Amino acid sequence: MTIIEEPEARATLPRLNEPAPAFDAVTTHGPIKLADFKDRWLILFSHPADFTPVCTTEFIAFAEIYPELQKRGCDLIGLSIDSLFAHIAWVRNIEEKAGVKIPFPVIADLDRKVATAFGMVQPGESTTEASRCVFVIDPKGILRAMIYYPLSTGRNMAEFVRLIDALQTADENNVATPANWHPGDKVVIGAPRTTEAAEERVAEKGLECIDWYLCKKSL
Amino acid sequence: MPCVRPDGSLSTSGRLMLEAVRPGSTTEDVAASTGMPLYRVRSILRELIAADYVSEEGERFTQTEQGAEKAKASG
Repeated sequence: MTIIEEPEARATLPRLNEPAPAFDAVTTHGPIKLADFKDRWLILFSHPADFTPVCTTEFIAFAEIYPELQKRGCDLIGLSIDSLFAHIAWVRNIEEKAGVKIPFPVIADLDRKVATAFGMVQPGESTTEASRCVFVIDPKGILRAMIYYPLSTGRNMAEFVRLIDALQTADENNVATPANWHPGDKVVIGAPRTTEAAEERVAEKGLECIDWYLCKKSL
Repeated sequence: MPCVRPDGSLSTSGRLMLEAVRPGSTTEDVAASTGMPLYRVRSILRELIAADYVSEEGERFTQTEQGAEKAKASG
């Protein structure tokens, strides 16, 4: 007996730095295609179900970071395997009970087309609900980050704003960002690829180097 | 089609969008004029094109004759 599943039996997951799976979806803001977000950053996130406690706290929190994401040229779209009417009722309920208007569209993915394309259903956790997945898609439609959380853990919104800042900073300056980086902190420059470049790197002024392979600079 | 009803009438967003389309408008022009996000502009314009209220040439949009009549009647 084997406990290793054949690769063919596993759902296909999207891959980083490849085009995000295109979709054409029914949402609370009308029919939307992935292509409608062209030239903008996009966070696509899934939640297990409408009218559930952790998801409700998350929706309120996503609405709270929405203005910060907009400042960064980033749109937001939610998804669950629920009906459009359930979504409408839930966002209206959140506004009525919590006083928070949900400003972003929510995909009603009853046929699971989008959830399947993005590998949002993790059968080991639930066969009927999407997990708490987050996908960051850049203005060219390339999938740049994926984060999967279990059903039991509400997400940390500050991390998504930080992630957008980090990706945009990396793209604009051809650098990387170290652990726990926040805007204003020093950034990491790429490690030298030759011994000659390594010698030059350690001699370079204005850098904060631990050694030749780990140097930071201010932007 | 949420912005164009089966009888051809328009939702509030659909009407605002149609009224904002000037000859040769871009999606950015319409977004700036209506204050709607680009994804909504693109989605609603697609509906208005399907209803023959707006025509598209390249990436520029113009009210059709039928669209101009609808905008006038809605206004």
